[in-house]
Amino acid sequence: MENIEQRVKKIVAEQLGVNEAEVKIDSSFVDDLGADSLDTVELVMALEEEFECEIPDEEAEKITTVQQAVDYVTAHLNK
Amino acid sequence: MQLQGKVALVTGASRGIGAAIADALAQQGAIVIGTATSAAGAAAIGERLAAQGGFGRELDVTAPGAIDALVESLAREFGDVAILVNNAGITRDTLLMRMKDEDWDVIMDTNLKSVFKASKAVLRAMMKARSGRIINIASVVGAMGNAGQANYAAAKAGIMGFTKSMAREVGSRNITVNCVAPGFIDTDMTRALPEAQREALVGQIALGRLGDAKDIADAVVFLASDRASYITGQTLHINGGMLMP
Repeated sequence: MENIEQRVKKIVAEQLGVNEAEVKIDSSFVDDLGADSLDTVELVMALEEEFECEIPDEEAEKITTVQQAVDYVTAHLNK
Repeated sequence: MQLQGKVALVTGASRGIGAAIADALAQQGAIVIGTATSAAGAAAIGERLAAQGGFGRELDVTAPGAIDALVESLAREFGDVAILVNNAGITRDTLLMRMKDEDWDVIMDTNLKSVFKASKAVLRAMMKARSGRIINIASVVGAMGNAGQANYAAAKAGIMGFTKSMAREVGSRNITVNCVAPGFIDTDMTRALPEAQREALVGQIALGRLGDAKDIADAVVFLASDRASYITGQTLHINGGMLMP
């Protein structure tokens, strides 16, 4: 089983159409990886599906970097 | 067969324009699910479409959660909805002086809010698929207004604004969103009008006659097809020249 960081990076790369190597832990979806607002909504949906959780809108808005996504998933998977 | 195997959801497919649209999409090979507000209506649609592999389902577009539940069950049964035709609509005509809040609200819920809810329900799958067609049935009245239909006209104009906004939002995902705005079409809805009013209306139509539901259905088939892939955010007026916006 891949760890959470790898899984998040893989999804980010797929959703944003970038090379997985470009996706760093501190990458910002919008500033570094060229995501637009619709991309970020889709990304959150993809994370929800991968990790079988529901991310509320107010939480989703705060997830703007790979690190934040990893942190959110880590925190909510261990419940 | 331009639409072979595509899952198409048509709301309000019992009669009139909705029925013609459902039939026409089915004839092009789409797997059509037509909705009606009653179980009997859904069964009748199922019978009508059975030969072409279509189905009827019961749906009250104003019932909380009903649209989401239907879209989910269709996805499991047939696959994700690729073509959504928001056709369901009612009238509650009366002069504004007499229009009650309830007359306004029921039209907004049935004719406008349902478009929002259904479009949102199918959107996730369309975004993932990077393709989709949403076709909203508006009305000439939404563009020109009509005495006695302030509620209906407002809802139909609302659909046009919704369509343009949604088209801008999801265009990058290859999803097109358009309106078809029928004029005076020969259906139960227009047959309910007084004879004098019908005659007066026909007098304003350049082609001098009512339209047929098939005229609308043909346009919907076109907009649903690959041939219309560069058309989005538009309102196609089909009214025999009654209004030339």
